[in-house]
Amino acid sequence: MTTATAKDPTMTQTWQPLCTKADLVAHSGVAAWIETPEGPVQVAVFYLPAGPDMPGPPGQATELFAVDHHDPFSDANVIARGIVGDIQGEPVVASPIYKQHFRLADGQCVEDESVRLRCWPLRFEGERVLIDLG
Amino acid sequence: MTTPTPQDLIIIGNGMVGHHLVEQLVERGTAAHFRITVFGEERHPAYDRVHLSEYFSGRDAADLALGEADFYPTHDITLRLGEGVSRIDRENREVITDQGRYPYDSLVLATGSYPFVPPIPGAETGQPNRLVYRTLDDLDAIRAAATDARRGVVVGGGLLGLEAANALKSLDLEAHVVEFAPRLMPVQLDDQGGTALREKIEELGVGVHLNRATTEITAGDDYRYRMTFKDGEYLETDLIVFSAGIRPQDTLARECRLEIGERGGIVIDDECRTSDPEIFAIGECALWDNRIFGLVAPGYTMARCAADALSGPFRGPEPAGERFAGADMSTKLKLLGVDVGSIGDAHGTSDGAISYRYSDEATGVYRRLVISGDGKRVIGAVLVGDNDPYDTLMQYAQNGIALPEDPASLILPSVEGAPTLGADALPEGATICSCHNVTKGAISETIDAGACDLGAVKSATKASSGCGGCAALLKSVVDHELEARGVEVDHSICEHFAHTRQELYSIVRVEGIKTFSELIAKHGASSTPSLGSSSAPKLGSSSAPKLGCDICKPAVASILASCFNEPITDAAHVPLQDTNDTFMANMQKNGTYSVVPRIPGGEITPSKLRVLGEVGEKYGLYTKITGGQRVDLFGARLEQLPDIWSELIEAGFETGHAYGKSTRTVKSCVGSTWCRYGVQDSVGMAIYLENRYKGLRSPHKLKFAVSGCTRECAEAQSKDVGVIATENGWNLYVCGNGGMRPRHGELFATDLDDDSLIRTIDRFLMFYVRTADRLQRTSVWRENLEGGLDYLKDVVIDDSLGLGEELESQMRHVIDNYECEWANALGDPEKLKRFRSFVNDARPDPDIIVTEERGQLRPA
Repeated sequence: MTTATAKDPTMTQTWQPLCTKADLVAHSGVAAWIETPEGPVQVAVFYLPAGPDMPGPPGQATELFAVDHHDPFSDANVIARGIVGDIQGEPVVASPIYKQHFRLADGQCVEDESVRLRCWPLRFEGERVLIDLG
Repeated sequence: MTTPTPQDLIIIGNGMVGHHLVEQLVERGTAAHFRITVFGEERHPAYDRVHLSEYFSGRDAADLALGEADFYPTHDITLRLGEGVSRIDRENREVITDQGRYPYDSLVLATGSYPFVPPIPGAETGQPNRLVYRTLDDLDAIRAAATDARRGVVVGGGLLGLEAANALKSLDLEAHVVEFAPRLMPVQLDDQGGTALREKIEELGVGVHLNRATTEITAGDDYRYRMTFKDGEYLETDLIVFSAGIRPQDTLARECRLEIGERGGIVIDDECRTSDPEIFAIGECALWDNRIFGLVAPGYTMARCAADALSGPFRGPEPAGERFAGADMSTKLKLLGVDVGSIGDAHGTSDGAISYRYSDEATGVYRRLVISGDGKRVIGAVLVGDNDPYDTLMQYAQNGIALPEDPASLILPSVEGAPTLGADALPEGATICSCHNVTKGAISETIDAGACDLGAVKSATKASSGCGGCAALLKSVVDHELEARGVEVDHSICEHFAHTRQELYSIVRVEGIKTFSELIAKHGASSTPSLGSSSAPKLGSSSAPKLGCDICKPAVASILASCFNEPITDAAHVPLQDTNDTFMANMQKNGTYSVVPRIPGGEITPSKLRVLGEVGEKYGLYTKITGGQRVDLFGARLEQLPDIWSELIEAGFETGHAYGKSTRTVKSCVGSTWCRYGVQDSVGMAIYLENRYKGLRSPHKLKFAVSGCTRECAEAQSKDVGVIATENGWNLYVCGNGGMRPRHGELFATDLDDDSLIRTIDRFLMFYVRTADRLQRTSVWRENLEGGLDYLKDVVIDDSLGLGEELESQMRHVIDNYECEWANALGDPEKLKRFRSFVNDARPDPDIIVTEERGQLRPA
């Protein structure tokens, strides 16, 4: 797996619009299509708002996460359709096919040290969701 | 008493019991206080005599050896093999062999026994007409005699004789057993048991000759020898093995004038001391209370008692050493592949003993249960052909457990309701392994001390390493104890709730909690409420608020749906669902989905069938008929699902819940409408049931079937709920299963009218929903249900818990709130937003590639 270096969100980056807040599904994921210098990538975008209806992600500076939509274990593009949860407080998504867990913060697969999804920083700008393609 | 210089301890005999004594001394740390010398007459170190016949079926001397090869040197114990003791000099306290004199302070005789050979003219020592069956050397002699032989005879139809016959069979000889008594295994079996065993053994090609006393052995015409019997009959054979009982090997003791029993055997007390307090005797050579114990388990017990007595000077007075108090001669074994078991008073000779007998001549199974005159305890049993009840009966007998209401149920074939004694029903003191005296409590302690699987428990306690008869029971006790230890961990559904599914269900019910967030806030394992991102605690900190996970979320979603039946795609519920429920279709390996519309009872009009064909064709779907009498349409991409469903709903279809842990299908045969044999309208009932229960979410999927007659074409007995028509109504079967672990449904109620049938199913299903574990099918739930089918009938039919009305009204609520989930979602643009390939791009997933096979598309 390729590893993306997590960007410091305070630095000026190449932020691009990805979608709107209304496109997201709270406490769950949606898929988005991005063009990166290395080619097109399908990303899974998760939105975990802290709020009265659902606990927010513990210990995270953000409510937004983007990781590869591609599931390396099944070779299908399905990660956005997995269940979001936490393992010992760390937000994870479970692949809907073979149920491996990936940490949303860094894409690391919990069950297999050698597997990691790429990650991209996201942020809100008003109603827009921006992604940093680096 | 403690002496600074080690004393000399000599053990004569390196059989199973002698070896066990050494092990016991090492275990107690006593071995270090002695200079121990062990004499073995045989050239092999101690080996497993119980499994001797395996010497002819692949195991060699090394395989049969007891303990590790370096056991004796490791513990500085001198093992002198092939050195028989010729004399004991009690005056000078010396043991004399042809190689020297060895001083002793303490002496243990573990000389065992020798086979009794009746004085029959013609039987010559060292010839194939006078073989015996006790040692590896004996077996070598038998093997040598079997060369060029065709037929072999064993004299003696007891336990060992039949073992010997098995050995002859392994050597490809035609085997015969000649027994003096009128039945086989006269000590352990009664007449009927003996007869059942005889039939079984004859079926295996072993000749059985009862009531035969051999008077003479002469040269034979067709075989080497002719055995002539008292009645004038004769039998010819190439070799003869005598196995007509054992005699204690007490020669050394006799010659040094230790007290000997009238019919042989070295007299011992409860500490296994002989008439000379410095000399012990253990095993088959010893006579306790005028009895010889010819089994390994009592021998081991004696070894422990002697070890305790020898250890006495080196330890405190507490606890007192074990004392021999007689032994249970119960046995369980496989003779020639036939199960034979004998417990306690097998012949029912105790005062007022009452016997129950069960005999099945078709399969050759015979069981006799003997209970005490007061009807309170099991005191004996005989089993032939099937030892399954042995462990349970043994526990009843050993532990004086109170008999069930109908004692006969203990030996009747396992019909429903027969009480089996689970590991949890055994008292702590229950002996699990009698060879090594391992109790349930000891196993429990071992597990507490860190043993975490069967293997670890076995090596720590030696349980099941003697005769091995307790292997199955040991496993069940270990499993049960481990399970009990796992309670804290296992019963919590996951790290987010310290509750079982059942507990969460009742919390939701009682408190009327309608969302996951409310449930986790009030009852989640982390008590700290959500802090939001600004004051976020450290990653992984124990006070971190929890999101739930892919275990608890779908489980809670299912509970909420079972209770309130709100649409699963509502904003509060949709993040809890597995992808199949979220998108109301079944995800396949390439990320596409399959679509299964409901076809109640499998009945479909041609025009609706045509719609399925048209939709399949239009969207390029692979179509297949399912086992549940419907049609599965494969290969739909996420963004195609709403369009496909719009067309299906337009044509009158509803969602089939093939994706949910919920009611799936009600399969049916055509029944009385068309079938010559049908007695009820099975299709009509199937459609009614399917429409009634569709949309019911449950701990796992639910499958139903209705058959129109007893021919059972709908295979109702393999379903969670199976209904079979009778002349008078319906028979109801429950908790059947196909799939990985098939289970026949059990007859739950008979000749029900329509209303009673439906009321019963309502209650049954709701009780399952209420009490089952997560992802537990009705079959497994039923098997784990304490009280079994009878309890279930009590609750559901007789309403013993007074729940009937409540269960019915809960079911009514689910039924009244049914709504087709797809129709609901199609009416809500918010919900359809999720059915997009990409939120920022309308293109389909380009990585989904298909190829054609047999005229249809499938994943490439």
